[in-house]
Amino acid sequence: METQESWIGRSIPRKEDPALLTGAARYMDDLSPVEGIRYAAILRSPHGHAEILKIDVSAAEAMPGVTGVVTGDDVARLSQPLANLFGLKMTYYPCARDRVRYYGEPVAVVVADNRYIAEDALDAISIEYRPLQAVVDPEDSTASSAPLLHEALASNVVHSRSFRYGEPETIFATAKHLTSIKTHYPRVASTPMETFGVIAHFQSAPDRYTVWSNFQGPFTMYPLMCAALKVPSPRVRLISPPASGGSFGIKQAIYPYIVLLAVASRKLGVPIKWTEDRLEHLAASSCASDRVVEMTGAFTKEGKLEAIAIKQLENVGAYLRPPEPAGLYRFHATLSGPYDVRHFTVENRAVVTNQMPSGLNRGYGGAQYCYPLERLMQRAAAELNIDPVELRRRNLIPTAAFPYECISGGLLESGDYQGALDLALRKFGIDEMRRMRDEARASGRLFGVGVACSVEAAGSNLAYVNLALTGEQRAGRLPKSGGSSTSSLTIDALGGIVVRIDGAPAGQGHETVVAQIVAEEIGVSPDDVTVMTELDTLRDSWSVSSGNYANRFSTTVVGAVGLAARAAATKLRRIAAPLLDVEPEAVVLRNGKAHASGGKNVAVSIRSLAAKSHWDTGGLPEGVSAGISETATMTQLGKDVDEQDRLRSAVTYSFQCDLAAVEVDRQTGSVNILKYVTVHDAGRLLNPQLADGQIWGGFAHGLGAAMLERVVYGRDGTLLSTTFVDYMCPTAVEIPPFEIGHVTSPSPNTLFGAKGLGDGCSMLTPAVIANALDDALGIPDLAPPFTPDRMWSLLSGLSPDADKGPRDSATRETTLPFADGGTVLKGGDELDLAAPPEQVWRLLFDVEAMQRILPGCKDLAETEPDHFAATIVIDIAGIGGEYVADIRIREKDEPRQATLVSNVSGRLGFGQGSATVTLSPLDDGARTRLAYRYEARVGGKVAGIGHRLLGSVVRVVLGEFFGALEEQIAAKPSGLLRRLRRRARLLAKAILSR
Amino acid sequence: MKRIAADEKTRVAFRLNGRPREGYAEPRMLLVDFIRHELGALGTHVGCEHGVCGACTVSIDGRIARSCLVYAVQIDDASVMTVEGLAVEGKLTALQSAFTRHHALQCGFCTAGILISTTMFLEQNPHPTEDAVRHMLSGHICRCTAYNGMVQAILEVANAASPSIVDTAGSVEG
Amino acid sequence: MKPVKFAYARPQELSELTELLHSEGEDARILAGGLSLGAMLNMRLVTPRLLVDINHVQTLQRTQNAAEYVQTGALVRQADALLSPEIARDVPLLRAALSHVGHFQTRSRGTLAGSIAHADPSAELPLALTVLGGAIELASRRRSRVVNADSFFLSPLRTVRRPDEVVTAIRWPRRRNDERFAFREFALRAGDYAVVAVACKARVAKGVVEDLRLGFAGVADTPILLDVSFACGERTGEGLADAISARTKALEPTADLHASRDYRRQLAAVLTKAALMDVFTPKLESVS
Ligand SMILES: Cc1cc2nc3c(=O)[nH]c(=O)nc-3n(C[C@@H](O)[C@H](O)[C@H](O)COP(=O)(O)OP(=O)(O)OC[C@H]3O[C@@H](n4cnc5c(N)ncnc54)[C@H](O)[C@@H]3O)c2cc1C
Ligand code: FES
Ligand code: FES
Repeated sequence: METQESWIGRSIPRKEDPALLTGAARYMDDLSPVEGIRYAAILRSPHGHAEILKIDVSAAEAMPGVTGVVTGDDVARLSQPLANLFGLKMTYYPCARDRVRYYGEPVAVVVADNRYIAEDALDAISIEYRPLQAVVDPEDSTASSAPLLHEALASNVVHSRSFRYGEPETIFATAKHLTSIKTHYPRVASTPMETFGVIAHFQSAPDRYTVWSNFQGPFTMYPLMCAALKVPSPRVRLISPPASGGSFGIKQAIYPYIVLLAVASRKLGVPIKWTEDRLEHLAASSCASDRVVEMTGAFTKEGKLEAIAIKQLENVGAYLRPPEPAGLYRFHATLSGPYDVRHFTVENRAVVTNQMPSGLNRGYGGAQYCYPLERLMQRAAAELNIDPVELRRRNLIPTAAFPYECISGGLLESGDYQGALDLALRKFGIDEMRRMRDEARASGRLFGVGVACSVEAAGSNLAYVNLALTGEQRAGRLPKSGGSSTSSLTIDALGGIVVRIDGAPAGQGHETVVAQIVAEEIGVSPDDVTVMTELDTLRDSWSVSSGNYANRFSTTVVGAVGLAARAAATKLRRIAAPLLDVEPEAVVLRNGKAHASGGKNVAVSIRSLAAKSHWDTGGLPEGVSAGISETATMTQLGKDVDEQDRLRSAVTYSFQCDLAAVEVDRQTGSVNILKYVTVHDAGRLLNPQLADGQIWGGFAHGLGAAMLERVVYGRDGTLLSTTFVDYMCPTAVEIPPFEIGHVTSPSPNTLFGAKGLGDGCSMLTPAVIANALDDALGIPDLAPPFTPDRMWSLLSGLSPDADKGPRDSATRETTLPFADGGTVLKGGDELDLAAPPEQVWRLLFDVEAMQRILPGCKDLAETEPDHFAATIVIDIAGIGGEYVADIRIREKDEPRQATLVSNVSGRLGFGQGSATVTLSPLDDGARTRLAYRYEARVGGKVAGIGHRLLGSVVRVVLGEFFGALEEQIAAKPSGLLRRLRRRARLLAKAILSR
Repeated sequence: MKRIAADEKTRVAFRLNGRPREGYAEPRMLLVDFIRHELGALGTHVGCEHGVCGACTVSIDGRIARSCLVYAVQIDDASVMTVEGLAVEGKLTALQSAFTRHHALQCGFCTAGILISTTMFLEQNPHPTEDAVRHMLSGHICRCTAYNGMVQAILEVANAASPSIVDTAGSVEG
Repeated sequence: MKPVKFAYARPQELSELTELLHSEGEDARILAGGLSLGAMLNMRLVTPRLLVDINHVQTLQRTQNAAEYVQTGALVRQADALLSPEIARDVPLLRAALSHVGHFQTRSRGTLAGSIAHADPSAELPLALTVLGGAIELASRRRSRVVNADSFFLSPLRTVRRPDEVVTAIRWPRRRNDERFAFREFALRAGDYAVVAVACKARVAKGVVEDLRLGFAGVADTPILLDVSFACGERTGEGLADAISARTKALEPTADLHASRDYRRQLAAVLTKAALMDVFTPKLESVS
């Protein structure tokens, strides 16, 4: 009898690859599942915070090729607001009605024959906004003076809860050493290469919605969609396409768009497809929350961490969109990460601000927590003068202590944390690195070594979201706990093996791993197994916990597949047993055949057993049903939160230890990562090559967050990281040397001993790099991303955001760089004019003269004294269009001084500004010195995309304005107007180009 | 001089992966939309529409191009190659096989563009250094991998192409 | 992200092209490689009525050698120039600058002239041309003119080119035997526009600077030259490099999302010194 190697644990080539490599795979935008699809484009708010005064869609609706337009009123008429976890009166529709609360918030949907026409029609919608004061910083937003985002709520703080475990007061009162830190972890987004996509098809009698979307779960969002659309299940039918271009959790946030497009299909009576573009994605898909954390650790002299006091402030953006604020709680069951600590106080708050709503993003809630915890360890090591590696070692949960139950309920079931640390140190060559560091320092270079550790949860217990609720709040609700996955396996009459999973994968290779498991269990080759990853809620088994998130695959999905495969194997054995003349237990499935164990050299092919199960149902052994079709469900461990707020929030926990060596260039602030090692204890690796692929990928995300990426808003709520030029993802050149190591402590909680490793470095790398930088520079206040500019500022004793605006960031790690948004322009100048002040005055403020000197002025009327309405053509290098300007002259002191206040708005954005002009006589009044100061706020597309060039654009415009004034004074006659029209055109219009 | 009115849909005839194809496009239609949605060649993907991500990369008359920054009317009579033109009758090219061996792709969304770029790159630089390969790849964004598998796969193919270069057996696995 | 409707014209002859620009230039956009224009169109930042595709005008494809300069036609692609042995030999600064321009995938279609016409203040080629003292050839229906690089750029994306004019060629001064060049750039990622770039051209004889031109991208609205005439007649060496780089304090860059004003100034100083050390060292030229 031939032997067969185990398929599990082997790096076999991926089943997915041939289709992906040849262009045969079908992603969301490739689908046209129904006839008559029309295409949607979404009009989005150019303001961070504004009231909508008027929407006029008539011109858009009248355009040829336009099917119709959907506005917030339609959405409110045809759907319910999307629920939030606390039942707060925070009306959240997927389309704004009378107020917009973040840049990019949908305000209307146009549906047309194609996307081009739909976008034309967006330009034809006119909306009048009244800008409101915005708040983007989470701490600012907690202030009572902050602009309130949701009128019905008393405060922007939408969640607050505190917890206490052990005896923290006692420990803190007697602690030998306290270390405190405050960090502000910035917003990042995993930006999958494939953007969101939805096809929504409403059909009536009965009302139902069929939706194709690359939504990837969790399907806890499904009930929210049904509720919003006011139909019972299963009348929202969700279908995911066969291939997905990445998710990293982000695609969880498609669900409001599904509701929006479903409503649009209902109103307009056609199936509608919407493919998000990259600008929409960067502005209004989703991203990780940013979080301000204050942590104090109570340490013994020897560096044993005994208690932690934690205060967290989570910026969830403009709406508390479920599952937020769950990000605050994903690590709650393991508050001390991989360390043995028994005493905690926790104060959690979530606050709304004028930023896009946050949500799942690779390592949900993880980086925001690992960062402060590991910075705390680093600072404590420095303060206690203990080697940071040694400090870890003294605090890591000892191998003998597993299974280890955390005080807040998490159960770390197995592990060899010390062993993993040792392996990491060996791979890293810690002694050699320290020697290099000493050498480098001796020659004045800035060299540092950093270490950090973490645990990684896999297979979430649904109940962790409930931690956000008080005991009383929970009491009134349906209990939640656990989670599950269902998989089905069929073998048809020809022996074809088909497996279905509810995992909705996004490129991780699940097809391959599932095939390996099935191959192993029923003794075939993975090539013989067809894996269906499409999920259709009407046809396939699914549950609320279905989907692709929280390392659910390697724990729960794989478990379900294993159970289904085992059930099929059992059946095959029973059918084979009489044919082989042995008991079923003595049948071995291997190499496509059923063999009799115990030396008998007889075998029967699995294909013929399958055929028999279909063709010869009468000949099956007693009690064996026809066909082979096994559905199995893996039910996850885990109860609801208990009275002491303890929760076992995941099925399994892996461990990770990373080390990095960095050098900082004093002159340019560049951070060079010389070496990076990561060691994982993720239990049994089902396919080592794919496991390493996940680790590499997580590292690229962690590296991006550490070094380059950041979602940045100006103070006025204008998004500044609007394109892939300004939201900077690492390329192949930016990836430093990276090595992976594994320690294997199988999990007793999963069928095959696997744990999770998909988040990995995406959570930890920023902390490792920060610790290495701290080691190199001795600067405790470090906030990612560690861009050269920010590092150099730190080295120069400046705030990382110096001169981008005032900000007192000496004592805190801050992320928001442009204190004044970068969209505020200020300036002034003086010029001498060859005319007396009175004449200059007339040229400046007389309607006709004004019309001549205002570059690009098409028409200008004085609607009332000192109040002008103008249409101007703004055109800088061809970028621009027609703008409506409202100009008022204030504080007029003829002919000495006046202030002009103006509002300008048009297709590419808007501006508000004021300018004070002072005229003083020169040469006894024969000439005039004109001095001006201005301040302008520019917003909208132009500020988001072209902020870099706005300053110079304003200079150009002013230059042309005053040039025209001078020419007027010199009174050059005709031809002037023409020249002005052509060459000099007005005001702000900036650019991208990159 | 060819002139097309803004509203006019003109016939665009060209070769796509060696085969004559034609379709109709108005001047503003992006090449990538044309080949995907008018001609159904869906293997080329769209990741940014502003020239940065490289997902849409194709070759036009032997020159590499971002098909989101080219208009369909521009390619009249040209010869365009996309990912669908690489494997012949389902037989993967050496590069494609190396990609799978080295796990150079996960979701595969970026892969089509990267394969086209790399194929063209290797024609010009049959024996690149790792640094050159990384710089070439910098014209693409992949969010799933950290490019490592791609680099290894490309170097392997480049090395295999030259018998004169001593095979560094097995050491390619990083 | 789809462009507005525009008409499309594809002249074959320069005369057709200039005729077209004469009648419709105000509302038209010239399309060369499209690497910069395409994004602006797709984002609807620019909304021309007409796109004039110049890629088929044969006479714009040529590279010609004049005594004083290499003349690259408007359609010479960045990739071709980068690979050209003649350019490497005759205009080494262009060669050095090109290796920083975008990526393999963008240089293949991107043109030298398109980059000049686009006038991004952080772009490498306008800087190289300015430091070399090169010039831009422009043609309209009635006349042709040649504009020196130092008076061509007005502000970001604006040049003295009139709407009825097309850039027909760029004149890159041919290297003289005793000239040395350096190009140094700091960008955040491979292929990104410069945060700051420095280009330098020098003549050094017997350890003494005879002539020095030093220019910057990324620190002003256009590429700019720094007045370093005081260096002529001085001995090369680190002392002089420090003295010159101290002059960068006079620059007035603006801040953006990725670099503060002070930081840009700092980079200007650091890169200046490095570039000067490149040209002061005996190697003929050095590129980074
Ligand atoms: C990902 C990416 C990275 C890049 N990185 C860099 C970089 O690091 N450095 C850099 O400098 N550039 C960079 N670029 C831009 C560069 O690739 C472009 O090639 C260049 O800016 C414009 O050249 P083009 O031929 O593509 O011109 P187009 O995009 O076709 O045109 C650009 C502008 O110039 C005008 N124009 C073009 N040709 C003429 C002419 N002959 N006469 C008159 N006007 C003309 C056009 O009307 C348009 O306004 C990058 C682009 C991308 C997509
Ligand atoms: S889609 Fe063309 S480069 Fe991103
Ligand atoms: S494999 Fe997913 S983006 Fe590259």
